[in-house]
Parts: sequence; structure tokens; C-alpha cells
Amino acid sequence: MERIGVFVCHCGENIGRTVDCPKVSEEAGNIRNVVHSVDYKYMCSDPGQAMIRDAIKEKGLTGVVVAACSPRMHEPTFRRAAADAGVNPFLCEMANIREHCSWVHEDIDAATTKAIDLVRVMVEKVKQNEPLFPIRVPVTKRALVIGGGIAGIQAALDIADGGHEVVLVEKSPSIGGHMAQLSETFPTLDCSQCILTPRMVEVAQHPNITLHVYSEIEEVNGFIGNFEVKIRKKASSVNNALCTGCGACTQVCPAKKIPSEFDAGLGHRTAIYVPFPQAVPNKPVIDRDHCVRFKAAARKGVPVADVTTCGKCFEACPIEPVKAIDFSIEDEFVTEKVGAIVVATGYELYEKEDIGEYGYGKYPDVIDGLQFERLASASGPTGGEIRRPSDGEVPETVVFVQCVGSRDRAKGLTYCSKICCMYTAKHALLYKHKVHHGYAWVFYMDIRSGGKGYDEFVRRAVEEDEVKYIRGRVSRIYPEGKKLVVMGADTLSGEKVRIDADLVVLATAVKPSPGVDSLAQKLGVSYDQYNFLTEAHPKLRPVETASAGVFLAGACQAARDIPDAVAQASGAASKVQVLLSSDELEREPIVAVVDENTCVGCFCCEAVCAYGAVERKEIRDRDGNLIKTLAYVNPGVCQGCGTCVATCRSNSVDLAGYTDKQVFNEIRAL
Amino acid sequence: MTQEISGKACRSLSEELAERADLQVEECYQCGKCTAGCPIADEMDLAPNMVVRLCQLGQREKVLGSKTIWMCAACQTCMTRCPQEFDIAKLMDNLRQMSYREGKVNAGASGVAAFYKAFLDVTKRYGRLSEVGLTAVYKLKRFPKELMNDVFLAPGMMSRNKLHIVPKGIKGASEVGRIIDRCMKESRE
Amino acid sequence: MKVGYYPGCSLEGSASDYGLSVAKAAELLGIELVEIEDWCCCGASAAHSIDHLLSIALPGRNLALARAQGLDQVFAPCAACSNRLISASVEMKASPELRAKVEDVTGMPTGEEVSILNMLDLIQAYGHDELKAKVTRPLEGFKGACYYGCLLVRPPKVVQFDDPEDPQSMERALTAIGATPVDWHFKVECCGAGLTMAKTQVVTRLVREILINAETNGAEAIVVACPLCHQNLDMRQLAVNSQYGENHRLPIYYISELIALALGASPKQVGLDRHFVEARERIASLGASGKG
Repeated sequence: MERIGVFVCHCGENIGRTVDCPKVSEEAGNIRNVVHSVDYKYMCSDPGQAMIRDAIKEKGLTGVVVAACSPRMHEPTFRRAAADAGVNPFLCEMANIREHCSWVHEDIDAATTKAIDLVRVMVEKVKQNEPLFPIRVPVTKRALVIGGGIAGIQAALDIADGGHEVVLVEKSPSIGGHMAQLSETFPTLDCSQCILTPRMVEVAQHPNITLHVYSEIEEVNGFIGNFEVKIRKKASSVNNALCTGCGACTQVCPAKKIPSEFDAGLGHRTAIYVPFPQAVPNKPVIDRDHCVRFKAAARKGVPVADVTTCGKCFEACPIEPVKAIDFSIEDEFVTEKVGAIVVATGYELYEKEDIGEYGYGKYPDVIDGLQFERLASASGPTGGEIRRPSDGEVPETVVFVQCVGSRDRAKGLTYCSKICCMYTAKHALLYKHKVHHGYAWVFYMDIRSGGKGYDEFVRRAVEEDEVKYIRGRVSRIYPEGKKLVVMGADTLSGEKVRIDADLVVLATAVKPSPGVDSLAQKLGVSYDQYNFLTEAHPKLRPVETASAGVFLAGACQAARDIPDAVAQASGAASKVQVLLSSDELEREPIVAVVDENTCVGCFCCEAVCAYGAVERKEIRDRDGNLIKTLAYVNPGVCQGCGTCVATCRSNSVDLAGYTDKQVFNEIRAL
Repeated sequence: MTQEISGKACRSLSEELAERADLQVEECYQCGKCTAGCPIADEMDLAPNMVVRLCQLGQREKVLGSKTIWMCAACQTCMTRCPQEFDIAKLMDNLRQMSYREGKVNAGASGVAAFYKAFLDVTKRYGRLSEVGLTAVYKLKRFPKELMNDVFLAPGMMSRNKLHIVPKGIKGASEVGRIIDRCMKESRE
Repeated sequence: MKVGYYPGCSLEGSASDYGLSVAKAAELLGIELVEIEDWCCCGASAAHSIDHLLSIALPGRNLALARAQGLDQVFAPCAACSNRLISASVEMKASPELRAKVEDVTGMPTGEEVSILNMLDLIQAYGHDELKAKVTRPLEGFKGACYYGCLLVRPPKVVQFDDPEDPQSMERALTAIGATPVDWHFKVECCGAGLTMAKTQVVTRLVREILINAETNGAEAIVVACPLCHQNLDMRQLAVNSQYGENHRLPIYYISELIALALGASPKQVGLDRHFVEARERIASLGASGKG
């Protein structure tokens, strides 16, 4: 015999002004099986909750309906109150008479009638509710970090320091990311590599971190606490266990003119190469697309073992008795089991080759921000001297152009890339420090310098280092003799301006790394039209995604600078720590359940399940013979969306907490 | 000098431009790229981005009376490069149309409007443009200014068979004349 | 190959050389040009600066005439004409109201779309390889700067032709007839267009910059595909010289003239004697075999 209690909340004026709450409570009292019905100003307050608990105890309530705001606000509050009083929390439901009633109607009579109906509906539902108990899934206490830039490094170190094993996967031959390419960082002008490389070494030496470089994520299976990830370790042709990083091979490689990715195309590397001297790990890889031996094999259409072209690196390798270089190495697959995944895949820059009005990338002295960093870097192709890529001369006039591709509807990227105002000020400042007599001009639309010490940094560039800012965009850049003609505007004086520059640096837009969309699909993480990964809530949950167990750190989520990336990475790491701190995870029991008596094994549910929660279960007789294969919903993965329930043709799947019986009774109550 | 800003004027001009040409002046964020690429900016009184800015501030009379809108060669460079995809060239076109209709053509650029009017007057008559006719009508409108301009080119043009003294009219000339008249009349309503 | 033909007002007057060369080139290529009967002026810059409806109605009448003649493709050698015809077509397609107004004012149904070809479109449609195969006098050694001006490539979404910052279709045509296109930076810079009479000094300023950039980048001539570009660069070149005290002598050729010459036409047949800046010497120096 059901004994239901109804509690109608006024929510101050929010509900009370439009709905006659005392009347609702009175009418509710007339519903069959309702033994207690009251109204109160603020049900969610301490006294309000006490009312519920007391009523449960005094009246022996078997079910509770709170008519108030949206369950998204206070369902946990009231369920906890019910649980405290000894009633299973899933026997407590809310009737939303605020968002669904008082907030959207004005007519008091009509709203009150509707509120009464809503209460009746939930009362009928609760009468059919069964007690439900949280589902527990085990947690693998290891984490995976995808991306070895500063964000990935920070997240990995935090989690590892927290006592958990971390697998760090990086697609290039070394960790460090773009931060390793930078010369100095704003606003302190710290040498980027000086502050980064200690972290990189820490990662390599940390007992809890397993580092897979030159590797990519092949496949991701499983669910929060129980991921199984297949990693492709690309064939480097070097046996890292034997290699000592002596570098003899890179000295003799004949393919010397390959544009270096690390030097952003301004310098060269060999086919067997270490990307930069401080690389971690400091082991070379062979770029098979440019290696003479591998290209010969490809041209002839034979396996590399069948050609004897070149092989100088092999000859030069001093390791005995077995050389560290092994052309026969193939891509290897490794499977790691982890409980949490952090995505930190970083960014790339908008291609200047796509910009017609600035020359489609044809003019060597029109460069982008990362290229300027390489020029300014002591370890760069010019030894830290700012020189024109075309003729190596020192530029007397450098023009910096901000907002190239960003805030640009026509080029398809409407967002602000956030870091360019700051790094442009830094570039101009570095140029002026190195070339005292030079002229630095910055074309800008706005200056976005909101961080600590940031605006002061920009003012320093203007007031102390003679960097001149011109407010306006640049329409066109073209060469004239040795110079580059920059046609811009100064909107503050209302004039068209022309500057003949020796070097032009474009602050191109920040975009998510290439290939992140297919990675996101493997992880089941959403991304926006620019391929930035989507956070669970833009304000309150910036490091989580809607896919439980997958977290975000760094520029993969949105353009950001190093301090923000590091902070976010630590934030993601702390969420991971929370996850990994329990042996078991509790999940809401709103999951689908298959009635094995009526299931026919058609697996339409498996086909429509977006989460891969449906498994196949074999039913065998006592002799072990297979009778039939049925669908089974894994309660650890199921998200309770109900798609399978709607799809099942034999009506064999039901959703706990929203069973057919519960829902139909709700409808019939109307 | 201080500009009088009236919310009403801003709204009214904004609505006028939206209605007649589907232009939303608020899209312009005043980056100046149009000015930067305008080949005629040097000869204009207001930089192109200034014209848009004044439209945003409801300064209708100022823009309609500017030299800029008539100096504009309609080369379309501005709108091709505008990052907000705002059709500033179409705005200039519409401001010219409005300026002409309301008789507010800037004195310094009246020659340009006179040229276009002469073009249409001649076309009305013959159905096609007679360049001799155009020159004659134009010079008449500008009399006595510019009377001797280009006169030295005339013999050159003639000897090169590039001038027909007697314009050739088409069969449908009166039809064309009617079309021109009707359009010009409708736009005044 | 057969196309509708809309010569445009200037080809009968100040650009008679263009008209001659187009006719000759078409004849030598075997393209039949079917002139739209009783076509009228397209309105050029004058109409769209004065009245919007007029700027659509005049081209609208021509499109209707073409349709009535059963022509679904119209070749318009003047860039302003082709731009106006395309613009009118695009605007009427987007707005049935506008189309109805135009039909009312012209008294003619505008009917289905007629596709418009500019000079370079026509060559492309003919085929560069096919053109090359017909060349009897390749213009080897001729170094020309291809000048597109404004209206062939802008507004890009309306004309949808080539690349608005670095087009290459004229270069391809030049290469097909054996000449050498020069890489230069003023391909799509405005020459001042319709301001030629009312504001000649603006035109001379702009033309001078175009000439200088072509010369600096090694061009011995400029090649164009629009009669107003030609007039400003050729006829006004003398004014540039007198105004700035310089001595530019850059011949300006229509791409149709060069094509016809490469196919064996004589300079007189294509109107080379009608240029203001001497244009016959360079062609003559290329020799009968085309080498020079």
C-alpha cells in the first residue's frame, strides 16, 4: 500500500506569484494514496528538508513528490533528504512547477490547474517506482595523456606525482611541443627552453611515466575507469634500447636539405634526425619519406631489405655487436589499460599559404610567429640573429601584422586567437633589443593583454622600446625590389598608410592540431566547427568533456597561453586524481535492462547504441550447448538515453527509473 | 567639431540601409582594411572606413554630401578583402544613388555624377552609348570647365577609327529610353 | 563551337581594335559568334551608381533577348559588361521580387539563366591545348604582364572566376600561344575605370603605378581582356608621360589580338594600328616564324 507525501514549494515569489501553492497542496491531498500534502516557502532550505524527513518518519511515507524547481537544480538535495530518512532516493521525484509552469505562464488559474496536473502525474509515477541502487564499476588506476606539449607534460607530472601511473603519447619524435620552439616567453622573457627542458627531463625520468614518442592513438575502447587504448608506435628504424644518442648517424646522412619542422621551415634537417638538441628522448628517427634507402625501395616496389642504397647511418653507428639502426623495424602496437584520459594535443598555426593578399606564402620574407621565434632563438637557424630568410641581411624595418586569419568571417575563423597581441609585442621587443636602430611597426585592431603584467608589457614595448602601433588592418603585401610594400590603414587618423618593410611577421590564427577531429571521434568527444574540443560546461566544467573519463588540457580546447595551459593541465590532473582515488566508481542506476525472457537477439539495440553499451550474452544449457545469444546492457557504460528502449521490437528493454509502466502511468494521470 | 549623436538618426539610417540594400552597418568593426586597399583613398575626403563609421553614427547628411562616394571607382577591392564580409562597395553604390536622388552631390565630385548622368542621357536616346555623344553631353554639362580636356585626343581617335561622329541607334532605342525613364521615376517615389 | 555574342558599346567605338581582334580570333578558331539582336547598353558603372533597378533592368533586357534567341551562353568581351550581366543574373536569381520588377519595367520575360563568358572563359571553354594546336606563329620571346583589372575577378562570389588575388587564366592563354607571362604584382589593381573622363588625374596616377610595376618586373608589354583597361593603359599612357615627365612606352595588347596574331592574322587585321602606344614593332620583331 503506497503512502505518498507531496511537498509543494513556493520558491519565494518564483512559483508562489503565479501558482496558488496552498491550493495545489490541498488538491494533491485528494489524490489516492497521498497521505501527506503540504506547501512551504523554500523546500530546499534546511527547515524544508527537515519537513520532508520528519514527514517520512511520522507518516511512514513510501514515496515522495516535491513540486518545485527543475530536478536539474535540486533533485540531489531532496533525494539525499529522503535517503537520510531511510527511503530509497529513487523513490523521491520532483514535479517541475517552476521552469515548466510558473516561469512560462501568466494566468494564475491556468497555471495552478497545470501545476496540480503535474503533481498528479509525478504521484502516479512514483507509485510505480522501484528502489534503485548505484552501480559500481572498478577503476584502473592509470591515466593516459595524449600530447607531449607543456599541457600534456604538466598533466602527466601532476598525475604521476600523485602516485598513479601515466602513459604519455606524443606523435612527434620528442616531447616539448611548440613551447620548445619559442625563444622567450611573455611577460617575463624567460628563455622558453630553459624553463621547459627540466620538465621534459623529469617526464623522461619519472618512475610513474611511460613515454611513447613517435606514436599515435589507434583505437580507444571501453568507458570511464576502464579504457583500453591501442597505440601505434611508428617505426623509427632505431632501436631505442641500444641507441646511446651519440648522433653519429645524423652527421653522415646524405639527405640534408629537408625543411626542418622544428625550425618551422627556416632550417634543414637530415632524414635520420633528432628534432632539436635538447629532445627528449634524445634518440633519432628515420623519416622514411625522405630517407634515400626507403625511397629507393618504394620506387622499385620492393621491401627495404632488398635494397642496399646508402645505409651510411647504419655504417656510422658505433654500437656493438648489434647496431642500433634497424631498417626492418615495423610499426608496433601496444595496448594500455587506463582509467582516465587527458587530451592535450595543442595547436597549429593558420597557413599563410592560404592568404592571397599577403602572397600565398610565396615571399620568403613574409613569415609567421613560430618562424620569428626560430629566428630569435639562440638555437635557431640564424643563431638568434634576426635576419631575412631571403638574403640573410638584418632587417631595418620590421612590420608585424596582427589578426591574420583570426576575427575574420571571410577566412572562416571568427574567434580571437588570444595570444597574438602578447607575442607580437614580445617579438617587436626582442627585435628592438637585438637591432637597436631598427624600426618596429605593429598593425593591430585591438590590444588584448588581460593577464598579470600583460598590459604593462605592451606599454613597455611602446614607451621604452620604440615599438610603434598602428591601428588598422593590412590590405596587401607585395614585393618591390628588396622590400615588401605593406598597404595598411591607420583608422585613428583616418589615413591609408604604406610602409616599405624588410621583414613582415604575420600573427596567424591559432587552430587545433591537425587530425584532432579523428582522434576526437575515437574518444567520443565532441568538437566545434573549428575542431576545438568541447568542454562539459563552458563556465563551470572547463577541463571535463561530456564523455565521462576524458579530460582536456591546453590549446586543444581553445587558444590559450602557457600559464593558462599549465593551470588547466593541473586542473585536469586533479580531476583525474579524483577519479583514480576510488577503487570503484558509482554510477547513476538509470540504465537500460534487457528482459532475457523475451529478447530475441536481433541486436537492433546494439546497432543504435551510441555508447557501445550493448554486449552479447550467450545462454547455454547445462551441457554447455549454445541456446541463444541475447543482448546485455553493460550498466557501467549505459548512459540511460533510452534509444534502445524505443528501438526494441519485442519490447524487451526497459529503462530503470523510467520504465514503460512508470511513464504510461504518468501519461494516464493526465 | 562635436558630432551630434542621435539614437533616432542612427536607427533610422540603419533601417534605411537594411531595407533598401540588406546592409547591416553594425557588421563593420572598423578594422580599416578597406581603406588600406582602396586605390582612390588618396583623393577622397573621408576614408572608406570613415564613411561606414559615420553611417553607424547616423550621420546621413555628411555621407551623402561626401566627395568619397563619388570618387569611389567601384573596383570592389574593399568588399573582396573585408574580414566581416560587409559589402562596403554596395554601401557606396547605394549612398551614390541616395545622394543623386536627393540632389546632394558634393561639388568637388559633381563631374563624376554629371558623367554618369550624361552616359544615361545618351543611352536613353540611342539605346547604346555613343562615346561622341557622351563626350558632347558631358562637356556641355560641365561647361565651361573641362571643355578643352581630351580635345587633343579626338583627332587621334578619329584617325584610329575609334570615333563615330554619327551615332548609330538601335531599333529598340525608344524601349531603352522608356526603361531608363521608368526606373528613374520609380526610384523617386 | 557557337556562342551568343554581346559586344558591348565600346567595341563599336573606342575599342574597335578589340572588336576586330575578337572577330578575327573567333574566325580563325572556328567559333561562331551569334550577336544578340538589337542588344542595348548594359549600363556599365553609370547605371549602378544612379539607380539600382536600372542597373539590373538594362542587363536584364539583354539576357531576355538572348533567351528569346535561344542562346544559353553569351560571350561578353568587355569585363564591365560581363560583370553587369552576371550581377544582374545573380541578383534576379536570388530575388524573385526583383526579377518581377525587371520584367515589368522591360516588358520582357527574363526566363532561365543564361551563362555569361568573359574573354578568358571563352578561351578556356575552347581549350588551351586545342588553341596551342592551332598556333602557326608562336609568340616566342614575348614577355607580357597579364593585367586583369577589377571586374573580371571581383566580387569573387558573384563572378566566380579564377583567383581574385593571383589569377592565372590569362597567363595560361599566353603560354598556350607560345609567349612568356611575367610574374608581377599589379595584376588586379584598379586603373581608375569610369573616372577616366571626370577625374583623369586619378587614372593617370593609378595607370602609372601599373606601368611601373610591369616594367620593373621585366614586362615588355601588358596584356588585357577589357576595353576600359586598355583605354586607360594605352590612350592615357601619353597623359601619364606628360604629367609626370616620364617616357613609358609599353604597348598594351588585347589577348584576342595576340591569339589572332599567333594564329596567323596580320597586325592590321587585328587593329594593332589603332593603338595609341606603338604596338606593331614588337610583334614584327618576333619574326614570321614567331621567334625573337
